[in-house]
Amino acid sequence: MATDSGVVNTQENLWEGGKSPFKASYGKLMMWYFLLSDAFTFAGFLIAYGALRFSSDIWPTPDFVFSTAPFGIEKAPLIFVTFMTFVLIASSVTMVRAVQEGQQENKKGVVFWLFMTIIGGLVFLGSQAWEWTNLIATEGVTVTTNPFSRHTEAGTYVSGEELLASGFVEVPVVHEAEAHGVAEHDTHADAGHGETTAPAVYYLPQGAADIPENRYFVKADHHGEIKAGESFEKGDNYLITYNHHTHLYETAAYKTADGRIAKEAFGPKTFGALFFFITGFHGFHVFSGVLFLLIIAINAMSGLYVERRNGYEMVEKVGLYWHFVDLVWVFVFLVFYLL
Amino acid sequence: MGHLSYEESKKLAVKGLGILAVVTLVEVFIALLGNGHLIEGFRLSHWVMYPVMILLSLYKAYFIVYNFMHLGFEVKGLRLSVLLPVTLLIWGIIAFLQDGYTWGKRRHDLTKQKTEVVKQTTPPSQEH
Repeated sequence: MATDSGVVNTQENLWEGGKSPFKASYGKLMMWYFLLSDAFTFAGFLIAYGALRFSSDIWPTPDFVFSTAPFGIEKAPLIFVTFMTFVLIASSVTMVRAVQEGQQENKKGVVFWLFMTIIGGLVFLGSQAWEWTNLIATEGVTVTTNPFSRHTEAGTYVSGEELLASGFVEVPVVHEAEAHGVAEHDTHADAGHGETTAPAVYYLPQGAADIPENRYFVKADHHGEIKAGESFEKGDNYLITYNHHTHLYETAAYKTADGRIAKEAFGPKTFGALFFFITGFHGFHVFSGVLFLLIIAINAMSGLYVERRNGYEMVEKVGLYWHFVDLVWVFVFLVFYLL
Repeated sequence: MGHLSYEESKKLAVKGLGILAVVTLVEVFIALLGNGHLIEGFRLSHWVMYPVMILLSLYKAYFIVYNFMHLGFEVKGLRLSVLLPVTLLIWGIIAFLQDGYTWGKRRHDLTKQKTEVVKQTTPPSQEH
């Protein structure tokens, strides 16, 4: 206050413009407020995820869902997504370096570190593409179908003989491909998968209609290995096997403690929709960030920002955006993969 | 801006890489340990795991915003105009998670009612 008393006259001059009370340029300030609004968008999505997850007690846990990695690695919970997180952290640090070199008006340094950041962004996007492909094509998660769930009761998976003994009827699976006369197509596609020809049958309760809701399968994993006889506890995670030959979700039959035959049910529907929508929205931010970085790197190479003599402020602004993408990932990682 | 020399800020970048990587590793370690993947039969209560992981993530967020995005070096007015609106989320989180919890309870009540109805109606139908 004491310092203000001597400058009564400048009060009027404030209306003339040219003074920035926040000591930041218009562009930078507006980037901050854009990011603030974007933070609310992401927060809305993540809170929606939390609310829906809280409403369900069969929500699959992340250490079960995200336990595969490229090169055939299985049962490695959270390892691949930790790698993705490191990539994004590293690209955030290279971005910091680009901004610092910009403040030194070092064109070569800016361009080098911008391209390092772009590489980081591309590696992250590639990893995410693999993750999505694995979830959709191998495990069969879609926006409306979620084969991941948790058992609501303890039980033991049963074999085909046991099902027949309990009055079930065996039904051979009719290959859609065979019916259309293109039988060889499928075996060709899965040849490299090492999958044995799984017994393509399912079981129906006596007199029940042949609709998916009535089909009982013998538990087998994606490699066709039979899991009949394995027991599980209430609350254990499971994945309904998606058979790549028959294109059927094999809802496996099990016997409960009181001798009743039941079968696996699909998990909470919203899981896939939320996962693809939220990580997709984040991935789209990474993608657009890579585009902005490319444009700015090319501009920097052309010497455009040398002319401006403002310490490469454009690099600083895209840097804010890029750090925000990393910041959002901190919370996506927490909410989707850790909790 | 300019509160740190070039050399100092270079050091901060390297330090940031270390801090963020180590905190992430600790988080993943807690998740794996707590869910029983590291020591056979050993699990942590969610009431222990979750607050620790949330606090560590908040620390990462603070570090990124204050040091990488330089918010800590900006004018107080700018800092507050960005940070104060974020506090609205505190109530958003409490309210909507509570909402979700209530849906879950109602779902329980509904399935309970359904099974009771089934139990009541089955005996007469078997007599036929």
